[in-house]
Amino acid sequence: MNEQELWRLMRRVRDGKMSRRAFARRMAAFGITAPMATQLLTFAGVSPASAQSVPAYRPTRRGGGGHLKILYWQAATLLNPHFAVGTTNQDASRVFHEPLAGWAADGTLVPILAAEVPSIENKGVAEDGRSVTWKLKRNVKWHDGEQFSADDVLFNYEYAKNPQIAGTTSGSYRDVNVVKVDDFTVRVEFDKPTPFWADAFVGAVGLMIPKHLYKDYAGANAREAPANLRPVGTGAYRFVSFAPGDLLRGEAFADYHTENRPYFDTMEIKGGGDAVSAARAVLQTGDYDYAWNLQVEDQTLQRLEAAGRGRVNIVEGGSIEFIQLNATDPNREVDGERSHISTQHPAFRDPAVRQAMALLVDRQSIQNFIYGRTGPATPNFLNAPPRFRSPNMTMEFSVERANQLLDQAGWARGGDGIRAKDGVRLKFLYQTSINAPRQRTQQIIQQAARRAGIEIELKSVVASVFFSSDVGNPDTYGKFYADMQMYTTTMPQADPQRFMNQYVSWEVSQKANSWQGRNIVRWRNDEYDRAYRAAEGELDPVKRAALFIRMNDLIVGSNHVIPIVQRPLVSASLNNLRPVLSGWDTTMWLLRDWYRET
Amino acid sequence: MTQYVIRRLLIAIPSLLGISVILFTVLALAPGDPFEELATNPAIPPEVRLQLRASLGLDDPIHVRYIAWLTSMLRGEWGYSFVSRINVDQLILQRLPTTLIVIGTSQVVALLIALPVGVLAATRPYSLFDKIANTLAFIGFSLPTFFTGLLFILFFSIYLDWLPFVYRTQIEATGWRWFWEQVKQTIMPVMVLGLFQGAAWTRFVRSAVLDVIRLDYVTTARSKGLPERTVITKHVVRNALIPVVTLVALQMPVVFGGAIVTEQIFRVPGIGSLLITAILSNDTPVIMAVTFVFACLVVFFNLLADVIYGWLDPRISYR
Repeated sequence: MNEQELWRLMRRVRDGKMSRRAFARRMAAFGITAPMATQLLTFAGVSPASAQSVPAYRPTRRGGGGHLKILYWQAATLLNPHFAVGTTNQDASRVFHEPLAGWAADGTLVPILAAEVPSIENKGVAEDGRSVTWKLKRNVKWHDGEQFSADDVLFNYEYAKNPQIAGTTSGSYRDVNVVKVDDFTVRVEFDKPTPFWADAFVGAVGLMIPKHLYKDYAGANAREAPANLRPVGTGAYRFVSFAPGDLLRGEAFADYHTENRPYFDTMEIKGGGDAVSAARAVLQTGDYDYAWNLQVEDQTLQRLEAAGRGRVNIVEGGSIEFIQLNATDPNREVDGERSHISTQHPAFRDPAVRQAMALLVDRQSIQNFIYGRTGPATPNFLNAPPRFRSPNMTMEFSVERANQLLDQAGWARGGDGIRAKDGVRLKFLYQTSINAPRQRTQQIIQQAARRAGIEIELKSVVASVFFSSDVGNPDTYGKFYADMQMYTTTMPQADPQRFMNQYVSWEVSQKANSWQGRNIVRWRNDEYDRAYRAAEGELDPVKRAALFIRMNDLIVGSNHVIPIVQRPLVSASLNNLRPVLSGWDTTMWLLRDWYRET
Repeated sequence: MTQYVIRRLLIAIPSLLGISVILFTVLALAPGDPFEELATNPAIPPEVRLQLRASLGLDDPIHVRYIAWLTSMLRGEWGYSFVSRINVDQLILQRLPTTLIVIGTSQVVALLIALPVGVLAATRPYSLFDKIANTLAFIGFSLPTFFTGLLFILFFSIYLDWLPFVYRTQIEATGWRWFWEQVKQTIMPVMVLGLFQGAAWTRFVRSAVLDVIRLDYVTTARSKGLPERTVITKHVVRNALIPVVTLVALQMPVVFGGAIVTEQIFRVPGIGSLLITAILSNDTPVIMAVTFVFACLVVFFNLLADVIYGWLDPRISYR
C-alpha cells in the first residue's frame, strides 16, 4: 500500500465514509497494529473517540466528594512550574496551574485552557508547519478572579525564555516566537517547518502563571515573588497551604472553567517517607487514596494488593532502562579527557563483541525475577507511543551463541578463562547508580558474561553523584569513564524527537560542552544524523514515524545500546478512586477528573 | 559567675568558627549537585543546569563561597535553599514546632521512665525488679529505632489497625477530636524514641545512684533515723543527679536536631527529615544551617550543664 492510498483511506474515515473499525482491519492486513492505526487517524484530523483518550467523567455536579488524600514519598519543595526540578514539583504545581493542553495516556492531546487542539483541519496548524495558532477558552478565571487571556500566555513565553530566570522550561521556548493575535488567540511561530509543534504551552512545560502577579518579578528577582509560595492558577483546586518538603493542601475552585469539576471539596498531597510504606498506606491500611511512583519490587506490591483494598496502576510511558557500551576508550587520556571522541574502544569496536554482550543480557529473567509488572523486557530503545515502536528488533539470550560469535571473531580464552585478542582482554568496568534492582541486574549480566569468557567488574555510584553535572567529578554518567553503564532515560513527551537526539553526532558528551551533551555513549553514524535531520522537518506523520523507527533500528542494531526493560509509571490507588493517569504528562495532569465511585 | 559565663562564651566563638570552616569544606568537597533530576530529563537543556549552578554560586572557589556564607550569616541571613528556593530560616521555623512536640515529648517520656525505674532498681540492687528492669533496658537500647519503629507500625497500624503511621501536620478537626487524633499519631514515634532513650538513661541513673548510695553520709543519714524516703530523695538522688544532668543537657540539642530515622519512618516533618532530604539532594545551605545551629546548641547546652552543676552542688565553684 502506498502513502497516497493510505491518506485516501484516512480521509474516507474522516468524512464518515468508512468506519474506524474497517480502517483498522484494512491496516491490520498490512501489518499495522490497531493502536498504530488509531494514531494514524489522529494525524488525518480524526479525533479519537473521547472515551479512548480520557475515561468518562461521571459526577454530575461540582464538589461533594469530601477529602482526597495523596501520598508522595518524595515531597514537593516548590510550586513555581518554571522552577520545577523533577516530577514531584511539576506534579505539585500542576494542581494549581494548567497548560493549554495535556497529553493523554494514548499520546494524544487533550485541550485544557485551549478551546480546541490545533490541527491542519481547523487551520490551527499551518500547512507549511511554520506556525501553530492556539485559541483560548474565554471563560477561564484565575483563582483571584482575574480573567485569563492571551497576555498571560505571552507573558509565560517571555518569562520562561528569560536567561536571568534560568527556568527549567526554557528549552521549550527559546527557539520559538510567540505573538498575540487577539485577546484569546496566540500564535507560536517556528523558523523552520516543525512537525512537533505541541511543545510550548503543552504538558509539564506549559503551565501558566498569572501575568498580573508575576510581572514585577520577571527578572533576577524572580525568586522573591510572593506567588511562588502562594500560587494563583486556573486549576480545579486552589491553594490553601504549603509546607515545603511536607504538605500541600488545596480546595475546590468554585469558578473553575469546566462544568461539574472538581469532585473533591478539598485535597492534600503529603510528602516524605519511603515507597514501600507509601504503598502500604494505600493498599494495606487504606489511609490514603493514591500513592505515587512506587518503585517497589513487584512481589511486595502483589502481596499488599492481596489485602483487597486497592490496586496497582501501571501506565506505559517512554522511560527505558538500558546499557551503553562505550564507543570510545575510557582508559586512554587525550587532551586531559578520557573517553575522548577521537579514540575507539579497543574491544567494543568489534561488532562481534557488542553482539555477544547483547546476547548475554537475559532480559526475560531480569523482568521475571527483578522487575515483574514494573519492567517489561523490550528489544527496542524507542517503545512508545505504539506508532513509533519498531517491529524489526528481537531479543535473545544465548550464552552458546555469544561463545560461538567470539570464537569466530578470534577472541580466544586465555589461561584464566578470559578471552583476549591482540593483547586486548575482555575485561569490562560496568557502572550504574546505587539502586537495588540495578545491582541485581548487574549481577545477572556479570554471571552470564563469565560463562562466555568475559570478566565484568561492577561499580555502583550514589545517584546524586552519578547523575550530577559536577564537572570535577569523574564518576558522573555524562563523563562515562567506564566500559559499560546502565541507567533509565525518560521520555518527557509523546513525541520522540527530543528523546532520539541522544545519538546524534553533534550531541556527543565531551569536555568542550562540560559533558552536558546528550550523546553519552559517543556513538556516531551518518545515516542516523541524516534520519534525525529529516525527521526534524518531515511534516508527513507516517514518513516521520518511519524515520524514528529507522533511528531506533540503527542504534539498537549497532548493539552500542542494549535496551533492557521499559519502566512504566507504577502507582497505587484505592479500589473506589478513579484517577486519570498518563505516562506522557505529569501525574496530576487531569486531577480535575479524579473522582470516587460510591 | 558572670565572668565565667562571659569567658566561656568568648571561647565558644573560635570553636564555632572552626566548626563552620570544617562543615563548609566537607560539604563543598562532597561530590554531586542539587540538579540530579534535571540531568536525566532530555527536555531541559544543559545550559539551564549550568546557569543554575552559576546563579547559585556553585562554581565559585570554596573560600569565596565560605566568606559569602559567613558574612550573610553574621547579618542574620541563613542562606537560601537551592531546592525550595526560599530562605533556610523559614524552612527551619516551619519544622520547629513539630520537632519540639514529638522529640520533646519523647525526651520527657524517657526521663519519666528512667528516673523512677533507675532509682528504684538501684535502691534494691539484684532484686527481681532490678533484674527485670535491667533486662528490659538492655533490650530497649540494643534495638535500633528503625527496627522498633517498623515493628510498631506492623503491629499497631497494620495488624491491629489502631494507629495511623503517617504523621499529619494539619488535622481537619477541632477540640477534643483534634487532640485525640494528635495523640494517636504522635504516640508511636514518641514511644519509639522515648523507650530507646529511656532504656539507656535507666542504666545510667541506676549506676549513678548506686555510686552514691554506698557512701558513708548515706549510712549516717539512715542511722540518724531519717525515713528511707527522705534519705533517697533528699540525700541520694540530689547528688546522684549531677552526671545525669550533664547527660540530659547534652541530649537537649537533639530535641532541636530531630531524629532522622524515626522522622523518616513516620513521615514526621521535623528538622531531622529536613536534614536528611537536604543531604540526599545536596542542598548545601540547608545542611549547613541545620548542622551549624546544632553545633551552636551543643556549645550552649554544655555551658548550661556547667552552670546547673553549681546550683546542684555548691562545692563546685567557678573561677
